[in-house]
Amino acid sequence: MADFLFEIGLEEVPARMIAGAQAELQQRVVKMLERERLVLPSAAIKSFATPRRLAVWISQVEEQQNPLMVETLGPSTKVAFKDGQPTPAAISFANKLGVEVASLRKVPTSKGEYLQAVSFTAARKASEVIAAELPKELAGIYWAKNMYWRPGKPERFVRPVRWMMAMLGAEVVPVSFGGYEAGAVTYGHRVLFGDAAIEVGSPGEYEDALLSGFVIADVEVRRQRIRKALDKVTRAGSPEGAGLRWREDHGLVDKLTQLTEWPSVLMGGFEKEYLALPEEVLVTVMRDHQSYFAVEDKEGKLAPHFLAVLNTETDEAGMAVIRHGNERVLRARFNDARFFWEFDQRVPLVERVKLLENVTFQKDLGSYAAKSERVRELCHRLVDLAAKRGFAVDSNALLDAAALAKTDLTTELVKEFTELQGEVGGLYAKAQGLGEKTADAIYDHYRPESMEAAIARTSEGQLLAIADKADTIAGMFRLGLEPTGSKDPFALRRAANGVVKTLAESEVPLLLSEISKAAESTDEKMIAFFRERLEFYLREAKGQAYDVVKAVLAAGSEDVRDAVARTEAVTAVRGSEDFAAVSAAFKRMKNILAQAKEKGIAAGSNVDAALLTEPTEKALAERSAELANRVSTLRSEKNYKTALEQIATLRPQVDAFFDAVMVMAPDAEVRANRLALLDRVLGDFSGIADFSEIVVAG
Amino acid sequence: MSGLVSAVGEKKRALTFQELLFTLQRFWADRGCVLQQPFDVEVGAGTMSPDTFLRVLGPKPVRIAYAQPSRRPADGRYGENPNRLFRHTQLQVVLKPPPVNIQEMYLESLVAIGIDLKEHDIKFEEDNWEWPVGGAWGVGWQVMLDGLEITQFTYFQQCGGMDLDPISGEITYGLERIAGFLQDVDSIYDIVWAVEPDTGRKVTYGEMRLAEEEQFSAYSFDYADVGSLWKHLELYEAECLALLEKVKEFDSMDELTLKRFPVLGAYELALKCSHVFNLLDARGAISVTERVGVMARIRTLVVGVAKAYAAQGEALEVGVR
Repeated sequence: MADFLFEIGLEEVPARMIAGAQAELQQRVVKMLERERLVLPSAAIKSFATPRRLAVWISQVEEQQNPLMVETLGPSTKVAFKDGQPTPAAISFANKLGVEVASLRKVPTSKGEYLQAVSFTAARKASEVIAAELPKELAGIYWAKNMYWRPGKPERFVRPVRWMMAMLGAEVVPVSFGGYEAGAVTYGHRVLFGDAAIEVGSPGEYEDALLSGFVIADVEVRRQRIRKALDKVTRAGSPEGAGLRWREDHGLVDKLTQLTEWPSVLMGGFEKEYLALPEEVLVTVMRDHQSYFAVEDKEGKLAPHFLAVLNTETDEAGMAVIRHGNERVLRARFNDARFFWEFDQRVPLVERVKLLENVTFQKDLGSYAAKSERVRELCHRLVDLAAKRGFAVDSNALLDAAALAKTDLTTELVKEFTELQGEVGGLYAKAQGLGEKTADAIYDHYRPESMEAAIARTSEGQLLAIADKADTIAGMFRLGLEPTGSKDPFALRRAANGVVKTLAESEVPLLLSEISKAAESTDEKMIAFFRERLEFYLREAKGQAYDVVKAVLAAGSEDVRDAVARTEAVTAVRGSEDFAAVSAAFKRMKNILAQAKEKGIAAGSNVDAALLTEPTEKALAERSAELANRVSTLRSEKNYKTALEQIATLRPQVDAFFDAVMVMAPDAEVRANRLALLDRVLGDFSGIADFSEIVVAG
Repeated sequence: MSGLVSAVGEKKRALTFQELLFTLQRFWADRGCVLQQPFDVEVGAGTMSPDTFLRVLGPKPVRIAYAQPSRRPADGRYGENPNRLFRHTQLQVVLKPPPVNIQEMYLESLVAIGIDLKEHDIKFEEDNWEWPVGGAWGVGWQVMLDGLEITQFTYFQQCGGMDLDPISGEITYGLERIAGFLQDVDSIYDIVWAVEPDTGRKVTYGEMRLAEEEQFSAYSFDYADVGSLWKHLELYEAECLALLEKVKEFDSMDELTLKRFPVLGAYELALKCSHVFNLLDARGAISVTERVGVMARIRTLVVGVAKAYAAQGEALEVGVR
């Protein structure tokens, strides 16, 4: 046995694709080796990735395939032997499989006794198998975007292949792909090491060999090195008492980990005057355009510094040169942003409303001017409903925000930094004195952008966010453009998720059906769509179990916050034994009622006390009636957990009932009455959740 | 801000703008590129010159390099913004098929213009290029030098809606950015274009080009006559379409007629349309709704020309045999 190492050297792979490809290459190589009986599932595995390489190392790979026993059925015994001697049928069967006639076994089958040969597949050499199979795995790797590079277009890959290394122990495995045959050498950092090949004696030496070539092949080690350097450089660059910190940004750390082979960090600065620009703009320029980390002071306010992650290492003098270059670029970028900011102020948002007539929202739904008008009307309807229920909202501020929310699409700053749409409008509204509530609502109205993102901060912002999204969904549904399968070109799922999340995490007192109706959706599909998104929210964002969500939504899916509370209550009590038993009993009741209905046996319209004969059924009827009142009160107080605990106390009566009573009694009246009792119990206690949906273990 | 020189001590004089161009041209000429002169119809990028857009089509190997003034009317800033230009200069290098060591060649070219790679931070970051109007796209990188994008590096995959084989490697240097970096100036207009050897007088970029930026910004944003522009667009379009209509007759043309058929002329007409469109856009005369439609019209021309060029090349190839 020997360790196996495979590395494919590439021109710089896009950072966003590296992690996925690293995992896929590892999985494909391991699966292939297992399939080919070259490795045990217990083998140690490690994979590596930098912008210029993907690699995988696997311990204890067999040098030869483990032989596989194959059992092959042959002719029937009757045909195979005549007078105790093998016939030509038996002899040719044995020859075909390369075994002695004497080794053939007789096995019984459903059609009688047959001959069976036991043979072993040829055990091919590992290097031969890997050389034959690995290229197919490489060709199968998924890339979000790939390319041709060689004449005749023999293969597609993410970027041109530049070398390969494949070693089983000290031996080279002749894998060939992309015009290269694998060897025993790798290559180091382009600049710090140069073009010379690095000899790797055996798979175990790979990581160290690359370190000598200024390449950290282990992604985690690189990530930690970057994080530590960010800490260290920030501390070193922080003036006495300033307490500077770099702003955490996991996405950016990931990106820079995948953009570097030998990372280091430098701190640069910019003139304080740029801090007069909104922080959002500065951070976007630094993060999205320059891949710099922002730096903040003790109070969390932006400091005039940035951190750049380099793919090189140099001394102080060298750092000074690189710092100077980066500062120069950032200054130019900030100058541009300031130019746009000042330029945009010449035309206030209020005057931009008419410009929206020229900006198409969707060809059949008209311009953004039309959309803004619809959203404004919708806000009007929603605010009427919400205000009646005591929701505090400044309706004038909301309606102004609705009219102006999209005007920033006509500004130069948003054209340059599209990711700042909404925020720029909010900042301009504030700068133009349109009032804080209006400005904040505009600023927040695209929120939440994802399941992880925060919802709008103010009640005006929340209503505007809901109205904007509901208008888009309703409009697209009217045109029959609802999402199908994986296709959701207008991101309607995200929009509906945003509505659900806003309702769940705010005090907005609106039902999903009311929002659909107010958005003038005539379509039942929109309500079903919202319900599906609520289910998604409860399961994915709240981490609730599938059966609990189903049980809760069966008892109502209109009021999002109520559904969340009921789900949490059910989850809190579902572990108790009594609750599980009651759930199981409810399921039994439901089944009995369903079966009776199927057989055309009707339940009585109500429970007739005179017809209750058995003591256990009397007890159940009395106790459940008592409980029903209490549960109903608790439910209306939204005290769901206590209500559920009360329902669980019904267990002794339920258990005793099923132990002693046969529901489907021979007497028709008694039977109908017992069915009526079950129906009543189910009806009384299914208002929080349909417990029969709860999956009970065992 | 301390200058580059003080940071690293004694340093030899940075290249002037024209020395930068000479050096890169010499570098690529030494590596087999034919040096072409800039194309003389307005284009938005070096890629749109027929020396790239049409030469990448077909199987014939190409190595060519040229400087290309590129006009983008909407990017004009009346000469007031130190980093943005209505017209900038690209150095375009096309290598078909791309040599195996094309990236290394590119890095050597940076060394040739005085960039010591060990003193700088260089990254190849994903940046895929696309010109939907030309049915053209490729994958590649923006090359970042100390945080500055200095080059677009593309492996051209499709052009005129047609798959390319062999593909081309395309390297586009942003000359003003690189010169600004080398000379460490904060405004493009301060770039030294040339130095008079006898007097030592420096001729700056501003001296050469500022007036042009001021006047063409004013023209694009304030003066260009929208009615006339629409008429130009229609005239160029109609003539281009009329030529493309004749492409259907390629099969029945004799070799001489086919050889002389002005596909190249049709391409210039299509480029004229593209430039007029850009002017209308800068002038704010195209609504977002109209935009898609006009772009589709120009796409018909540009893609039609590419297909005609390929068909002409193929037909002549067969005819010669």
